[in-house]
Amino acid sequence: MKTAIPISFSRFWAIVVKEFIQMRRDRLTFGMIIGIPVVQLMLFGYAINGDPKHLPTAVLLADSSQQGRSVMVALRNSDYFRFVREVHTETEADAALARGEVQFVVTIPENFSRNLLRGDKPTILVEADATDPSATGNAIASLHTLLDGALQRDLKGSLAFLAGESGPVKLRIHARYNPEGISQYNIVPGLMGVVLTMTMVMITGLAITRERERGTMENLLSMPTRPLEVLLGKIIPYIFVGYIQVGLILIAARFLFHVPMSGSIPLLLLSTSVFIAANLAMGITFSTLAKNQLQAVQMTFFFFLPSLLLSGFMFPFRGMPVWAQVIGEVLPLTHFLRIIRGILLKGNGFAEVAHQLWQISLFAAVILTVGVKRYRKTLD
Amino acid sequence: MTENFAIDVRGMTKRFGEHTVVNSIDLQVRRGEVYGFLGPNGSGKTTFIRMLCGLLAADAGEGTCLGFDIIKESEAIKRQVGYMTQRFSFYEDLSIAENLDFVARMYAIANRREAVSNSIERLGLAGRQKQLAGELSGGWKQRLALAACLIHNPNLLLLDEPTAGVDPKARRDFWEQIHELAGQGLTFLVTTHYMDEAERCDRLAYISYGNLLARGTASEVIANAQLTTWSVSGPDLHEIARQLRAVPGVQQAVAFGTRLHVSGNDEHELEKAIAPFRTESHVWQQIRPGLEDVFIHLMDNSKDNFSV
Repeated sequence: MKTAIPISFSRFWAIVVKEFIQMRRDRLTFGMIIGIPVVQLMLFGYAINGDPKHLPTAVLLADSSQQGRSVMVALRNSDYFRFVREVHTETEADAALARGEVQFVVTIPENFSRNLLRGDKPTILVEADATDPSATGNAIASLHTLLDGALQRDLKGSLAFLAGESGPVKLRIHARYNPEGISQYNIVPGLMGVVLTMTMVMITGLAITRERERGTMENLLSMPTRPLEVLLGKIIPYIFVGYIQVGLILIAARFLFHVPMSGSIPLLLLSTSVFIAANLAMGITFSTLAKNQLQAVQMTFFFFLPSLLLSGFMFPFRGMPVWAQVIGEVLPLTHFLRIIRGILLKGNGFAEVAHQLWQISLFAAVILTVGVKRYRKTLD
Repeated sequence: MTENFAIDVRGMTKRFGEHTVVNSIDLQVRRGEVYGFLGPNGSGKTTFIRMLCGLLAADAGEGTCLGFDIIKESEAIKRQVGYMTQRFSFYEDLSIAENLDFVARMYAIANRREAVSNSIERLGLAGRQKQLAGELSGGWKQRLALAACLIHNPNLLLLDEPTAGVDPKARRDFWEQIHELAGQGLTFLVTTHYMDEAERCDRLAYISYGNLLARGTASEVIANAQLTTWSVSGPDLHEIARQLRAVPGVQQAVAFGTRLHVSGNDEHELEKAIAPFRTESHVWQQIRPGLEDVFIHLMDNSKDNFSV
């Protein structure tokens, strides 16, 4: 028979006191518990905006009449559109959209002015990069009122009748790449990047701290090894793990969510290897900085949250203020999202993704260099 | 002559912040020798060994280990040294064979499979090679660690308290093995707290609070201490010890099993001091001091420079 021992306040209090003492000893961990939320609150509080404005827009102006220019001025003056360039051919317009350089291409057709004045209601074509439906929604919604208002000034007096009830022009909106605005098409490929970021950074983040905590580091260091051998040796196996995840997500994307796969899958797999390597390099570098496994996990989250929130995964990238976009541009996930959405939804080829790949590689190289430098060959 | 020494270092110093953990230690270990490294916990033994094999950077000091410069050529030293850490530091989630295979690869051994199976054979681990290292008892872990340290045929083995927590039989076997290997020309630097082990070393060094206090063969160390020791047996030894410690001339009164060892540097002073205690109820006998008497003596006389 068991003897029941009554709950003792003293014993309970002993644990409380001990926990506080241990917390105080591990200053860095405690600092991160307090500091990370503050930093992230400031960061995300100011950065996140669900109503992106000043979206880069290209114009194909086939009719440079007074009325055509009025339309452009109106668009330029609106909050939603920011003219970045003028294109001269359809091909040029397609390329700019495919590269993600512009969000919209506005085409003022030939004989716009003539048809307008004749009352033929000419069509203004607005092509939108709708891979992320939430990035373009509000801008598109604002278009009708914007255009009607723009031409109102030109169509006064005897021309006033042209404005009519249904407006002087027709507006055709082409939601490219994701015409039905299905958000899964955008989210599911993005999730692959998010999952990889999370697991790859975490898994290697623990790699070196675990050796240190279990005491095996002392043994490893007493053997004739070079830092690069150890770090690369710890990265490579997890690339395989990463590919298992990639395979599962792609299969689910194809058969459960019916995400279109218009580009080259081999190209996607190649790009993914660079992305995985970048995340593993980040993890391994955290591992050399952290004193224990808990700190490595905290650092992972410190990296993961901005990746989630500032990369364009959860909120439109172009909705963020410039400084937040600059931070976002550094993160591998930002570039990977552009690559994977580009390949799957837009059918991008190597030429379009090369620029993004290069930036992920640069990130990986810099971070791995820090890791190699930080990896201590002694126990000091 | 450096060639005759496996370890030949001078002025080795290591500081952690304000604490000097190893204070200008000189040490020469001849090739093929079993050299004992003794001293209380925290005396700097482990730190000294870590400096020898390049795990810690020395703040001062110079010399050679197996003919290689200890500061500049630590990579070359690592290739020829086996280091057995105080705490088991192989992978507990790998089997015995997997651990040995890992080490063999790390040293890029030519006939790896052969080396691993020979090593398993030699250490009598054959039946257990698939067992996870984490499941092994203390004695088996120690055997595995030694096997792993030997797999690359090192010329020098640094063993940091190899027998801590190991049963007496396993300890005996372990030392048999050390002497057998030393007979084959291997050099050993072994730290230990056990006096019987210290006595089995060819030569000894004793360090305390980072300072090297004595060195030589066991009998040299004892002779140099110039200690006179009396052994007492009888009732109430504890009380007698308490009283003796207050008497000038008695430097230490230490219990050894059912006996009390009373020691001092001055033979006559000590004899005078113990005279009143030599009653009929107790048997007093002058004995040759042992290593332990000497070490306790050294420890008591060295200043603790940490507790300022």
